[in-house]
Amino acid sequence: MNKNLNKKIALIVAFLAICVYGIVGVPKGFTGKALGDSITERIHLGLDLRGGAHLVLQVVVAEAVGAETDDAVQRVEQDLKTANLTFTQVYKPDPVKQPDVIKVEGTALASSGTVRSTLDDKFSTDYDLSGGGADNSWTLTMKPSIETALEQKTVDQAIETITDRVNALGVSEPVVSPYGLGKNEILVELPGISDLEQVKSIIQSTARLEIHAVVGGPYKDEQEAAAGTNGSIPPDEMMLHGSGTLATGSGADEVFVLKRVPVVAGNQFRSADPGNDQNGRQAVHFTLTNDAGDKFYDYTSKNVGQSMAVVMEGRVKEVAVIQSAIRETGEIVGSFTPTEVEVLSKMLRTGALPASLVPIEDRTVGASLGADSIRQGVTAAVVGVLVVMAFMLVYYKGSGINADLALFLNLVILLGFMGFSGATLTLPGIAGVILTIGMGVDSNVLIFERIREEMRAGKAAVAAVDQGFAHAWTTIFDTHVTTIVSAAILFLFGSGPVKGFAVTLTVGLAANLFTAVFVSRVIFDWHVGRLKQGEPVSI
Amino acid sequence: MELFRGVNVDWLRLKWYFLGFSLIFSISGLIAMGWHWEHPVGGVRSPVPLGVDFRGGTEVQVQFTGTPDIGAIRQAMATAGVKDATVVPYDQANLNEVLIGLPEQQDESSLEAGQKQVLDALHASYANPIVPSGTKVDVVGPTVGHQLEKQALLATLYSLLGMLVYLWFRFQLIYGVAAVVAVFHDTLITVGAFALLNKEISLTVIAAILTLVGYSMNDTIVVFDRIRENLRMSRRESLADVVNRSINQTLSRTVLTSGLTFLTVLSLYIFGGAVLNGFSFALVVGILIGTYSSIAVAAPMLVAWQQWRAEKGKTVVLPAAKKPRG
Repeated sequence: MNKNLNKKIALIVAFLAICVYGIVGVPKGFTGKALGDSITERIHLGLDLRGGAHLVLQVVVAEAVGAETDDAVQRVEQDLKTANLTFTQVYKPDPVKQPDVIKVEGTALASSGTVRSTLDDKFSTDYDLSGGGADNSWTLTMKPSIETALEQKTVDQAIETITDRVNALGVSEPVVSPYGLGKNEILVELPGISDLEQVKSIIQSTARLEIHAVVGGPYKDEQEAAAGTNGSIPPDEMMLHGSGTLATGSGADEVFVLKRVPVVAGNQFRSADPGNDQNGRQAVHFTLTNDAGDKFYDYTSKNVGQSMAVVMEGRVKEVAVIQSAIRETGEIVGSFTPTEVEVLSKMLRTGALPASLVPIEDRTVGASLGADSIRQGVTAAVVGVLVVMAFMLVYYKGSGINADLALFLNLVILLGFMGFSGATLTLPGIAGVILTIGMGVDSNVLIFERIREEMRAGKAAVAAVDQGFAHAWTTIFDTHVTTIVSAAILFLFGSGPVKGFAVTLTVGLAANLFTAVFVSRVIFDWHVGRLKQGEPVSI
Repeated sequence: MELFRGVNVDWLRLKWYFLGFSLIFSISGLIAMGWHWEHPVGGVRSPVPLGVDFRGGTEVQVQFTGTPDIGAIRQAMATAGVKDATVVPYDQANLNEVLIGLPEQQDESSLEAGQKQVLDALHASYANPIVPSGTKVDVVGPTVGHQLEKQALLATLYSLLGMLVYLWFRFQLIYGVAAVVAVFHDTLITVGAFALLNKEISLTVIAAILTLVGYSMNDTIVVFDRIRENLRMSRRESLADVVNRSINQTLSRTVLTSGLTFLTVLSLYIFGGAVLNGFSFALVVGILIGTYSSIAVAAPMLVAWQQWRAEKGKTVVLPAAKKPRG
C-alpha cells in the first residue's frame, strides 16, 4: 500500500517536471527576466495578445479558368488549321461571366463530321462539345469536375506562392492555410505585423511579366488606336497603355493594340534576376520553362521582324523587334524603376499568383493593445483564482490545501501542454482557462461534499474517502465527457478565437480529471495514512 | 464550516412558480428580439444586436495619446469625406480609446479603402496624435459575416445534439431531452438579455454561450446522476420524492460551485476589460440561469413526463445505471 503510494507520488512528480519543462524549457538563468524570456519563447501567444495581422483572401478562381480557356482557344485554332478546316473565328463569348465557354463559328457545313471528330479527339476529356447545327457553330464548355479540380489547384498554388512570399519577407511563425468557412478562401496570419499596407501589396501583387504579340501602335490615344484597326478591336485583341523610352520612344502615354493571348504567360518564367544590360540600363534576365521555351522558339522563329511587347501589371514596358529566334533565356530591358525590377524578380522567383486575391476579412491588432489585453485577462484570472483558493481553505480547512494544490497543478499542466504542442494562447483561450478553474473547483467540491456525507453516515476516514471518491467519480466522468463533447464540437466547427477557447477548455478538463481525481486521491491517501486511529479527516 | 446541511425543500411543489418565472424571462427576451434591432447605419436587421464579426463592415479601434475629443473626431471624419461613420468612446476613459465604425459594404473591394480613409482622416485633420501600436482594425466582408453567423448557429446545434446523444447513451432519452430543453431555455434567456440590453453579439460571445451550454449541462448532470443513484437504491419511493431528495442532497455542491464559478466570472467581468465584456456578461447571466434551470426546469420536466406516462398506464423508465471504470 505504502510502496504503491510512493510510486504514484513519483509518477506525479515526474509528470510535473515534464510539464514545467514544457513551460520554461531549459532555463537560461533564474532571474525573473530570464525565466520570463524562456516562457515567452515556449508559449505562443495569439495575434490578439501580441499584435499582428489576420487576413482572409478570396482567390478569384475564375481568372485561372479564364487563362486555361485562353490557352484552349489557341489550341483549337491550331488544331483546326492543322486539319485543314475552315472557320471564321474561335473566341470566348463572355469572358467575364462565363470564363469556361469557348465558341467556334463559321465552319463549313460539309466538313461538320470532321470538325466534330477533330474537336472530340483533342478536347473531349476536359470539355463538353455541343452545336454543329445549321448555323455551323460549336460550343466547348469546360466540364464541372475539371473546373473544380482546376479551382482547387489554383487555391493550392496560391497558398504555396503566398507562403514563399511571406517567408521572403521574414515574418516569424506565419500561418498560411485554407480557410474552412467558404470556398476558395485562404487565411494568412502574420504575428507582429501591424502595418498591413506594404505586406499586403507584396502578398497580393499579381505582378507578372507577359509577352504579347503587337498588332499595331503606338497610337496617341484609344480612339486613334480603334481607327487604326478599322474602327473596332476584334475580340482576340486588346488595347494597353505604355510609356517610356523603350516602349514608345518618349515619356508620353501611348496606346498599343496587342493579341489578347500572351506568347509567354506569367507562370512560364522559371527564374528572373535583376541586372543591367551592356549599356547599364535596368534589366531583368529571365529563363523560361522547357515547354514555354519550345513554344517561344516556334513563335520567334516564325515572326522574325515582327514586334513583341513586354507587359507588366497591365502596362506595356518594352516593345522589341524580334531579331532572331529565342529559346529559353533572354533579357528584358524595360522602363522599370530599380524597385520595380527588385519586386518583379522577387515575384518571379517565388512564382506568380495563379489568380488575383480579394481580401474579404482583415484584422490587425496593435502590439500595445494586445499587451493591455494580456494584463487585463491575467489580472482577472489571478483575482478569480485567489478568491476561489481562499474560499476553499476557509470552507474545507485541511482538504482546502489539497484542492488548491490540484488547481495549481491543473494550471501547470495546461501551460505545459501549450508549450509542448505549440498551440497558441488567445484571449478567449485565457477565458477558457478561467472556466477550467471553475470546473476544477466543481470536481473538488463534488468529492469533498461526498466525503462529508459518508462521514456523516458514520464511516471511518479510510472508508469515507474511498466511498466519496467512488461516488463522485461517476458524476465527474459524465460532466467532463459532456463538456469535452461540446468543446470538441467547438473545435471542429469553430474558427479563430472560438477554436483557441476550445483547445484550452479541452486540455484543461483532461488535466482536471488527472489532478482532481488522481492527484487529489494520492494526497488524501497520504494524509489518511498518517492519521491516528479514529481521527477524522480535516474537511 | 458547512452550509446547507440537511436541507429539505419540496422543490417540485414550486414548479408553477418556476414555470411562471421562466416564462416571464423567456417571453420578455423573445419580445425584445421581435423588436428587430437595426444597425444605426447600413440598415442590417437582426433579432439581436450583432457585432462587426457577424454583420460585416469596418471597425477601427484607436488609442490616442491624450483624451480624445469625440466631436472633433466626427468633424475630422466629415471633413475627410468618410460617410456614415459612427464614433463612440470605448472602454474606460483613462485608456483614451475610441471606436470608429463604418457600415457593411456590399462590394468586397471597397472594404479596403474604408479603414485607410479613417486612419488617413485621423492623421490629416485631428490634432491629437494616435498611438501607432494601439490600433485595432477589423474589416469583415459581407460573405465572411454570413459564413460566421451560419457557422456559429451550426456549432450550437451540433453541440446540443452531441450532448443529447451522450446522455441518451448514459441515461435515458428523456434525461437527454430534459437536459437539452433546460440548456435551450438558458441560451434563449441569455440571448434575450443581449437583445433587451442592446448589447452586441460577437464571436467571443458565441464562445461564452457555448460555455454556458456546457456549464448548465454539467449542473443538470450532477442532479441527474444523483437521481440515477437514488433510484437504484430505493425503488419503492415515488419519483417525485427521489428527485426532491436528490436536489436537496446536491444543493450544497450546486450553490458552492455556482457561487465560486460566479465569482471567477464576475472578476472577469470587472477586470477583464472591454474586449471580454460581452463574453463575461453572457457568463454572468448564464451561470445564474444555468444553475436555476437544472433545479427548476430539467428535474420537474423529468417528473412531469414520468407522471404523464404513468397516467397512460405505462411503467416508469429507469435510467441505465452504467458505471464507468474507475
